[in-house]
Amino acid sequence: MRVAIIKYNAGNIQSVSFALERLGVDFSITEDSEEIQRAEKVIFPGVGEASTTMNYLKSRNLDRIIVSLRQPVLGICLGMQLMCKYSEENNTECLGVFPEEVKRFLPLRDMKVPHMGWNNLLLKDGWLDPAINCLYAYFVHSYYVPVNPFTSAVTEYINPFSAALHHKNFYAVQFHPEKSAVAGELVLKSFLNL
Amino acid sequence: MLTKRIIPCLDIKDGRTVKGVNFINIRDAGDPVELGAEYARQGADELVFLDISATNEERKTLADLVRDIARHINIPFTVGGGITSVGDVAPLLEAGADKVSVNSSAVKNPALIDELSKAFGSQCIVLAIDARKMENQWIVHTHGGKKPSDKKLFSWAKEGQERGAGEILFTSMDHDGTKMGFANDPLEKLHNSLSIPVIASGGAGEMGHFIDAFLIGKADAALAASIFHFGEIKIPELKQYLHRRNINVRM
Repeated sequence: MRVAIIKYNAGNIQSVSFALERLGVDFSITEDSEEIQRAEKVIFPGVGEASTTMNYLKSRNLDRIIVSLRQPVLGICLGMQLMCKYSEENNTECLGVFPEEVKRFLPLRDMKVPHMGWNNLLLKDGWLDPAINCLYAYFVHSYYVPVNPFTSAVTEYINPFSAALHHKNFYAVQFHPEKSAVAGELVLKSFLNL
Repeated sequence: MLTKRIIPCLDIKDGRTVKGVNFINIRDAGDPVELGAEYARQGADELVFLDISATNEERKTLADLVRDIARHINIPFTVGGGITSVGDVAPLLEAGADKVSVNSSAVKNPALIDELSKAFGSQCIVLAIDARKMENQWIVHTHGGKKPSDKKLFSWAKEGQERGAGEILFTSMDHDGTKMGFANDPLEKLHNSLSIPVIASGGAGEMGHFIDAFLIGKADAALAASIFHFGEIKIPELKQYLHRRNINVRM
């Protein structure tokens, strides 16, 4: 299987590619539209800030390419947030694959923002291997997607939020499967086995 | 629920781990990649690699080592030691490190924290603080704890947060190596005055000390080195112990 990792100014491309390497997956890191469209699966990674990243994607026409893809696409962390309609992070209009809004965590008592560390995943029916239910994944984020009809896993921090999403051929996770030990590998396998 | 984190710390010199480690199933006890992978298998939540090389000459292969670590380890890790500029950090993050820690260089040049957090985001900047209590004040020390500075622990931690640090790694030099427990009083004070996570370091000797650091010190994470390296505390047993005492940890 050939997986394309979309190349842009995301912080975790190296880690995502190493995770695929550990799983023995054939992949390329590319911003070439034809190569992305030809791939069997596409991964849209992400670490960074929403508005500058959206501008970067637009400047390379990657925004249009991503929404036009027909094969399974996996958004990770900021990638997932950018696949939503709008983010409160610098009032950014995003790709709109998921008709949802990304909100900022409001600090509550001694619960700190960003939400950083390991938290457990509660699966709803869907694409993730049932063995992942209740396992812990590694999160680092200050913005979240509320629970909605496209939510495929829920995590709770300050309030319940979407740890994973699915709509048509688009899949997304808020946590970092590439850094989430065995649970993360199960998540990547769930996507790769679709 | 967000869990408390257990973090083994490995000192690196010339690309090799410095202190002896006695894992029986490790072929090369000096190989940071193999040791890190073993800790990840045991259930460590994160790793810290601290390069204690004295010269830049010794340190120049650090990015290669980081790449090798990232290739083999499936949990987050922090790299520290000798970072003085944005230019030092970019190759480490590009190689796959999740966070970097700064210590002496930030005391000397506090604006470094602003520059790093603007360039890479707060979430990947850890401010490491070594401090010792002198005449009733917690005085920040630099150069591996050798040199006292003019900074005080609590105001420096707060300044670090305001400048954009995403986490504070506080080592009490008074507790480090004593195996008498973490510095719970200053840890709690840090927790109460900051809105970023605090990692407790220095003093772990038995499993109960971790309970104290989490419940009394309110630490978000606890770091230790030799007790893990010498197998005095094994991470799976520590996690079981914490879990049975209702501390939320990743099992």
